[in-house]
Amino acid sequence: MSNLAVLPILLPLLAGIFLAFIHKKTKLVRNLSKAFAIINLLVVGLIFIQVRDNGNIVLEMGSWEAPFGIVLVADLLAITLVLTTNIIAVASVFFAPQSLSEKEESFYFYTFFFMLISGVSGAFLTGDLFNLFVFFEVLLMASYGLIVLGNGKAQLRESIKYVLINLFSSMLFVTTIAFLYSVVGTVNMAQAAQRVQEVDQQGILTTIAILFFFVFATKAAVFPLYYWLPRPYISPNPVVSALFGALLTKVGVYSILRTFTLIFNHEVALTHTLFIYLAALTMIFGVVGALSTNNIKLIVAYNIIPAVGFMLMGIGVFTEVSISGTIYYLVHDMVIKGALFILVGATAYVAGTSDLRKMGGLIHHYPVLGWLMFLASLVLAGIPPFSGFIGKLLLLRGGLGEEEIFIVITALISSLLILFSMIRIFIRGFWGEKMDIPVPEREKRGKRMALPAAGLLTVSILLGVGAEWFFPTIETISQYMMDPELYIDSVLKE
Amino acid sequence: MEIIMAVLAGILFTMGVYNLLQKQLLRIIIGTGLISHGAHLFILTMGELKTGAPPVLTEGVENYTDPLPQALILTSIVISFGVTSLLLVLAYRAAKINGTDNMEQLRGNDYE
Repeated sequence: MSNLAVLPILLPLLAGIFLAFIHKKTKLVRNLSKAFAIINLLVVGLIFIQVRDNGNIVLEMGSWEAPFGIVLVADLLAITLVLTTNIIAVASVFFAPQSLSEKEESFYFYTFFFMLISGVSGAFLTGDLFNLFVFFEVLLMASYGLIVLGNGKAQLRESIKYVLINLFSSMLFVTTIAFLYSVVGTVNMAQAAQRVQEVDQQGILTTIAILFFFVFATKAAVFPLYYWLPRPYISPNPVVSALFGALLTKVGVYSILRTFTLIFNHEVALTHTLFIYLAALTMIFGVVGALSTNNIKLIVAYNIIPAVGFMLMGIGVFTEVSISGTIYYLVHDMVIKGALFILVGATAYVAGTSDLRKMGGLIHHYPVLGWLMFLASLVLAGIPPFSGFIGKLLLLRGGLGEEEIFIVITALISSLLILFSMIRIFIRGFWGEKMDIPVPEREKRGKRMALPAAGLLTVSILLGVGAEWFFPTIETISQYMMDPELYIDSVLKE
Repeated sequence: MEIIMAVLAGILFTMGVYNLLQKQLLRIIIGTGLISHGAHLFILTMGELKTGAPPVLTEGVENYTDPLPQALILTSIVISFGVTSLLLVLAYRAAKINGTDNMEQLRGNDYE
């Protein structure tokens, strides 16, 4: 029964290994990958229902009891995020054949892809800090494989920076775990939480907490550690960009959410106040970046950063409402970033350039793509009734409840600027005089490219319109997150 | 003993960061190697250093070596080994295709 918790990690891993053996039969691999991704989504869906109805599934690997062995904890937060990850995976696997050349597909794209899904799911599910590091490495290794796929000049140049910053922050992560281990004598999250609670997070523990934040903030691209993000994210193939934009920074945000609600939640005045200031700066700098460029891919990549700011704001305010806002926004942002990267990838493909100054009038040739782009911009900016609105509403309500007026105003202004930066793509790229079709031979493929994004946008709209149905689950999660005892009890079984 | 090891790890970190800030790609990679050595040494130190004590925990034995940091290091070493070899290949390809291994010229300002 509890073995269910390992399936979201194991299934994609096995699928990835299996596909590596037959990588030259492109058509077969393509169809098998679609089948595997859908099966995986269904399995995770079933586990989600199981967790929602019956509570946490805790798996002690190799039957080593909780504080001694490695545990996988499928609680409602983790499994919700794994479910979202798999929704993105299905959309990406349908987008991949349109976006990649056959040669790139046969060079183990699907293997790396499933390894990435496996690593991300593992990072969400693990209940052990060192294991979290290992899963970070699994997903990073897969991402290194994906980012160099295609072997372009700029791509190799940017991937070096990407690998270096991640390698450096991983080493800091190991060092920080060593620090924590020397103080509390455990790497199990539940036991660490218990021991930190016993001493009321005194002395060096807050320093260690900040070190953890530094590591996760590097992965999540929080101000001032976001500078590495935009360019490596736009240099690979659009499908890889979509996966990165949707999943990788969110793992960092999840780690901050987990550690700072579960383990380091006793010095809120110091750590969480810092988060609020950094969240404000992250929003402003991210959106300034998005406004400063004419490259449509870069605009979307910069828009990852203010979204991280919004989520961090919820963690910083640290009330039940704001945490539920963070969780809602996390799910929303994974879906919409996947959709947006697919859409700009398709736009750049059909226009033959990603420079806004050289585009115009695309809507006459690609109406579906244009309107999907418009819709995605509205969802991202948080116009009601879409999902971005619900997340932002909860975050703002949380902020106002704690009288953090300045962060609320910053959030509102940056939402408006996000809308402006996105609408610019629509106005200058799609509107305007009817021109000759830029790259005629790409027309047929280009029209099919936008469809996976339509699927993701449907999910996003459902999240917004059907907030009535989803909100109780999110509320349960945030109540659960605010009471770390529940997590500790379910893992240590006291 | 722990103090000496901590200082040694600190020196490794310093040298690593110095190398990381250089322009030549190979030096940067050596820098990451030094930093990971520092981190591994640090984990070992954090589990307290003892000589002659067995790494087991049976009842009644007071003096034992903590086996967990060693298991952690082993995992971490393997990972950093893998990443470093990948980085070397990547750096070789990048330097060959871009025609330079100078980070100053690998900045890439052609997106704006």
